[in-house]
Amino acid sequence: MGFAASVPGPHLPVQEVAQWEPVLPGLIILLPLLGFVVNGVLALRSAARSSAALRSGTEWDPFAGPARPRTHTLPTWVGPGVMFVAFVLALWNFAGMYGAELHDPVVVRYWTWIVTGNLQIDAAIQLDQLSMIMMLVVTGVGFLIHVFSVGYMKDDTGYPRYFAYLNLFVFFMLVLVMGAGYAMMFIGWEGVGLCSYLLIGYWFTDREKSDAGKKAFIVNRIGDLGFLLAMFLLFQAFGTLDFGPVFEGAEGRLAAGGATVTAITLLLMLGAAGKSAQVPLHVWLPDAMAGPTPVSALIHAATMVTAGVYMVARSSVLYALAPTSQAVVAGVGVLTALLAATIALQQHDIKKVLAYSTVSQLGFMFLGAGVGAFTAAIFHLMTHAFFKALLFLGAGAVIHAMHHALHRADSHEDAQDMRNMGGLKDRMRITWVVMWVATLAIAGIWPLAGFFSKDEIIWYTAAWAGAPSNPFGTLYTVYWLVALVTAMLTAFYMTRLMVMTFHGESRVERNARPHLHEAPRVMWVPLAILAVLSVFGGWVNVPEPLAESFLGLFGALPMSEWLHHWLEPVTHDAAAIQTAALGEPAYGAPLVGGGEFAWALASTLAAAVVVLAALRALGGRKYVAAARDTAAPGGLRGILANKWYFDEVFDAGIVRPVLAASRWCWKVVDAVLIDGFVNFVGNFTRLAGWTVSLFQTGQANTYAFVLTLGVLLVLGAAVFL
Amino acid sequence: MTEILFVLFAVVALGGAFGVVLSRTPVASLLFMVATLASVAGIYVLFEAHFLAAIQVLVYAGAIMVLFLFVIMLLNLGHDYRADLKYGLWSLLALVVAGLTAGVLGQAFWGASDTGFRGDGAAVAAALDAAVREQGAAGVIAEPLFTDYVVAFELMGLLLLVAIVAAVVLAKPKT
Amino acid sequence: MLAYALLLSAALFVIGTLGVIVRRNAIIIFLSIELQLNAVNLAFVALSRYTGIEGQLFVFFVMTVAAAEAAVGLAIIISIFRHYKTVNVDRFNLLKW
Repeated sequence: MGFAASVPGPHLPVQEVAQWEPVLPGLIILLPLLGFVVNGVLALRSAARSSAALRSGTEWDPFAGPARPRTHTLPTWVGPGVMFVAFVLALWNFAGMYGAELHDPVVVRYWTWIVTGNLQIDAAIQLDQLSMIMMLVVTGVGFLIHVFSVGYMKDDTGYPRYFAYLNLFVFFMLVLVMGAGYAMMFIGWEGVGLCSYLLIGYWFTDREKSDAGKKAFIVNRIGDLGFLLAMFLLFQAFGTLDFGPVFEGAEGRLAAGGATVTAITLLLMLGAAGKSAQVPLHVWLPDAMAGPTPVSALIHAATMVTAGVYMVARSSVLYALAPTSQAVVAGVGVLTALLAATIALQQHDIKKVLAYSTVSQLGFMFLGAGVGAFTAAIFHLMTHAFFKALLFLGAGAVIHAMHHALHRADSHEDAQDMRNMGGLKDRMRITWVVMWVATLAIAGIWPLAGFFSKDEIIWYTAAWAGAPSNPFGTLYTVYWLVALVTAMLTAFYMTRLMVMTFHGESRVERNARPHLHEAPRVMWVPLAILAVLSVFGGWVNVPEPLAESFLGLFGALPMSEWLHHWLEPVTHDAAAIQTAALGEPAYGAPLVGGGEFAWALASTLAAAVVVLAALRALGGRKYVAAARDTAAPGGLRGILANKWYFDEVFDAGIVRPVLAASRWCWKVVDAVLIDGFVNFVGNFTRLAGWTVSLFQTGQANTYAFVLTLGVLLVLGAAVFL
Repeated sequence: MTEILFVLFAVVALGGAFGVVLSRTPVASLLFMVATLASVAGIYVLFEAHFLAAIQVLVYAGAIMVLFLFVIMLLNLGHDYRADLKYGLWSLLALVVAGLTAGVLGQAFWGASDTGFRGDGAAVAAALDAAVREQGAAGVIAEPLFTDYVVAFELMGLLLLVAIVAAVVLAKPKT
Repeated sequence: MLAYALLLSAALFVIGTLGVIVRRNAIIIFLSIELQLNAVNLAFVALSRYTGIEGQLFVFFVMTVAAAEAAVGLAIIISIFRHYKTVNVDRFNLLKW
């Protein structure tokens, strides 16, 4: 890349800077865009045919014509194909970067996008360790989900449109994670929001689903406002929005703990809360389950919703300078984790449970980012992408099977309600196994991925709570306790999901039972790959205290602490600032003491106990099918089933007042004042015109008279004035 | 002597003007008009504009007024004795406006004296008189007409031509 | 004498204006307009004694225009009379709105 220009990154005590030229990094971004264009054209053609058929009174059946399965058409190859090539390219670059032991980010500038005043924004991408991890997750998990979608969406009339949106989403997501400045990040940020909206409302003929899309978009706009304001403040403080100069100059230009950096980080957090569904802006994510299930897996679990975590980790230097903001971030995260986990206890829709689980896990990530454990947050982001994508895709396989079976049996029961499932394990062996893997991973059972990542976040919370000069030590202790409780809740509600779906008696409609079948290969192969990743994905960052113990197989696990070292060039500055401000983190948990090993062992044992207890307690329980389960739960269960009444409070506190104000503006301001004024102007003009038209009698005498009057006035003015 | 003649002409001109406006029959109006025009021609003479006085009598009082008379007789308007003077509020308004206009004009003209306008009145008048003696009454007008104002003069000829063509076309009965 | 000539001119002009306003007969209105023109001519001639020969030249031009106007105007009156059998301007009120 001849036009590649390197911008100095954080200063590290390294003499030699390894040279590394990225391999076609722009192509990684452009490939999904290419896929979008191709699939988009196909989608438009299909839509044109469909509407032409509609006009001529016949119905166009996209599956008619040559007996060729849907899966053998062009989008099948273009959609996942571009993802595969992009993933291979990302791997190639990863290998190059790995070998080069890169210390400074590599910035590739393509062209100057905006120059106005002293603001210059380049279309530039930044390749460093953090964006590389994100690229791998986005393209890798994205590719698997694209493949899964081939099977899941093959009967849908909007097949090419679906892949067009999905490719477009990946394009914007890559812009988000590869952009070399806040402006580029914002482009991707808005773009993924758009694609999220399009895909939630993918079945737009259903009013409820298109409304869910709108809700997601509008709630995201609130967060975007924070992001924008933060960018304005950043520009005011630094005169640029590029990552390099901002992070380099942050320590010099912004007073540690000062108002400016606190405001910037809090506003950024508002943006992150909107995108990553944190309290109180989390309400859109459960509704977003209206979209196709692979979309939920890709956008609302693995990638887009983690953009907020990525942004906080990216801005780690700024957050390290603002301990108050960190406490807020961690507080929001842990509160979200707890609330979402409690709500998940009482949901019956399998996707809703997973949605709240996602919100809860995102809360954990924010907790990690908030306490300064940026590596742990990114680590959890990565493992979560594996096992949550797996869970969603597994749920997709279940829903797919349920839907087909119920459809065959002409039943109108809800294919997503777990009360209508049960006993699926005999008919869907593979799905059952991989879902259990994911469940144990998210529950934090050793040695699966979730154990290492979640435990690290919880441990860092405890460790920083004991830092000598941490002003929020007590608060961090509370966070830690809540996080522990939430981790146990996670194990419980996930086991509940598994029990209700796969175990016990079958509550599926009797006629539909014979039609239940395992997902096709194109769907279960991605599941299997993700299951493998869910098992081994955590081994890339086994903490040192654990690595040498039996939890780390006495050092036999490869790549201990690898991610930590890999991300060190990115997080180094933030860690240094934080340590300087708060002191070294403690090596024992607050209140009771105990080292990382002890707590890790305790937490995994506790999680295992919870899983087994839940299996025992819930396994014997009789569930009633959804149609007959009409009794509304009361008390705390009712509150949880109603999601802590967030939607109701927002409806009463925000939506209704806004609607009332809008109605007032319509009825009073618009209809009376504005229309009245406009009508008055119109009527007055007509009246004036009518009055003046009286002079136009058509008679020469009158004209002469008026003319003379005018002459008199002019003459009088000339003579007397 | 000049003053007496001026007063005489002025009185006749004003009387004629009133007659034009107030007469019931068009022919009477026309004759009053001729009287006015003749009186104004007399005043022209008093101002040493002999050529214009002659034109006034020849073209205006002679040709144009006769043209009017022809039209009146052609259309046989003489027998239309219906009052075509507007009375009532309308004429009152007209009087008020006309009176005010007269007042404004009078206010503007009253103070006009020999030096109230551009140039030295006596000197200009003397130069004019000298030119008339030298070039004759027609020559005084003709000389600038064919030199400085020749374009305007030619355009006037064109205007007259157009007017005549237009008059012929308009007056011709439609067949 | 200039002042008196101008005053006379003003008086003639106002009388002509009155005629235009209060008469219905198109011919008389026309005559009144000629009266107004003459009033202006009188002012021009009077002022030419004080400003030069241009005033008289202007009168010459005004007379020419008046002649042209009379020719066209009378032709129009004839044309209208053919149609309405009258020259009463109260009847000619089509030219409105």
